[in-house]
Amino acid sequence: MMLRPDALEGRIALVTGAGRGIGLATAKMLAEAGATVWLNARTVGSLEQTCAEIGNGARAVYFDVTDPAAVREGFVTIQKECKKLDILVNNAGILRDAVIEMASVELMDDIWRTNLRGVLLCAQYGARLMARAGGGSIVNVASYIGRFGNTGQAVYGASKAGVIGATLSLAKELAARQIRVNAVAPGVIDTDMIADLPADKREKLLGSIGMGRPGTAEDVAKLITFLASDMAGYVTGQVVGVDGGLVI
Amino acid sequence: MDKLVEIVAKSLMLPAEKITEELKYNSIPEWDSVAHMALVTELEDAYGIMLETDDIVGMSSVAKIREILSKYDAAA
Ligand SMILES: NC(=O)c1ccc[n+]([C@@H]2O[C@H](COP(=O)([O-])OP(=O)(O)OC[C@H]3O[C@@H](n4cnc5c(N)ncnc54)[C@H](OP(=O)(O)O)[C@@H]3O)[C@@H](O)[C@H]2O)c1
Repeated sequence: MMLRPDALEGRIALVTGAGRGIGLATAKMLAEAGATVWLNARTVGSLEQTCAEIGNGARAVYFDVTDPAAVREGFVTIQKECKKLDILVNNAGILRDAVIEMASVELMDDIWRTNLRGVLLCAQYGARLMARAGGGSIVNVASYIGRFGNTGQAVYGASKAGVIGATLSLAKELAARQIRVNAVAPGVIDTDMIADLPADKREKLLGSIGMGRPGTAEDVAKLITFLASDMAGYVTGQVVGVDGGLVI
Repeated sequence: MDKLVEIVAKSLMLPAEKITEELKYNSIPEWDSVAHMALVTELEDAYGIMLETDDIVGMSSVAKIREILSKYDAAA
């Protein structure tokens, strides 16, 4: 806990992909700081228990970020129920490695639709709701890979570099409406996303982290919560690493 | 006064007399992209709807807006 429990009181937040990992940790932390959080997942019904545990009015909104009509419905629900949105965390994402020779068009489309187009669609509707509330904060979850690259991650890295590009332009476009847009670039974070790594790859990856340990979902959630809050009230268009000194 | 004309006039900060059915987006300095988004917000509030992105793009004239609104069962 780093912010006062009332730091985000009265704020309405939406976190995409909030069922587990970084998204779940972020939803919890935003709620701890006083925000009313909408948690998003794809499977209807999957978040009811989690929302009850988080409390502070936390609610679930189910949509797949790759489905434009469903994304719109989700934001219509929030507009109807809350009349505004103050914080949007674009966290939903997928990771699939493939050396370039083996990257199928399906894999490219899946990754880009989820990691990049999903972010743009949510930002599009999110910004509209935020403009009504007189401003807000969008935090996009990019990746170390989108800035510095890695073998086997040309497709994933391109999607995350795209998220960074979108962040920079959105920050400029939305500044006049008092909407801040920033990105976080996590390094190696201990979530389901990296659970399937083969042992040798995992060892090598851990060896490249200066601080000698993988990050936790909470490590990332803290930075996101900071950027979402008024503590970062004059910060926009930034990409902030949270990687414990990772060098790949 | 016509409800739509009133909303357009307010959003573009123009007198209602200047708002004709033929008035086009980007044809006057008052109706730029910033005013367009203000207009979207006003319309959504007035009619209790959330416009689709394609419709925001398609709102190229006052007449066109009227046509689009009818799709949402919003009598303009
Ligand atoms: N873990 C890392 O080392 C690391 C490093 C850098 C960046 N990141 C980024 O951090 C973000 C969160 O990752 P994580 O590590 O927490 O991974 P995770 O545990 O695999 O969680 C990913 C979340 O995204 C959701 N999601 C995936 N596709 C979706 C879609 N089409 N619509 C809605 N939700 C969708 C998943 O929901 P379901 O439960 O429905 O599948 C899940 O809740 C991702 O953007 C990832 O790229 C992670």
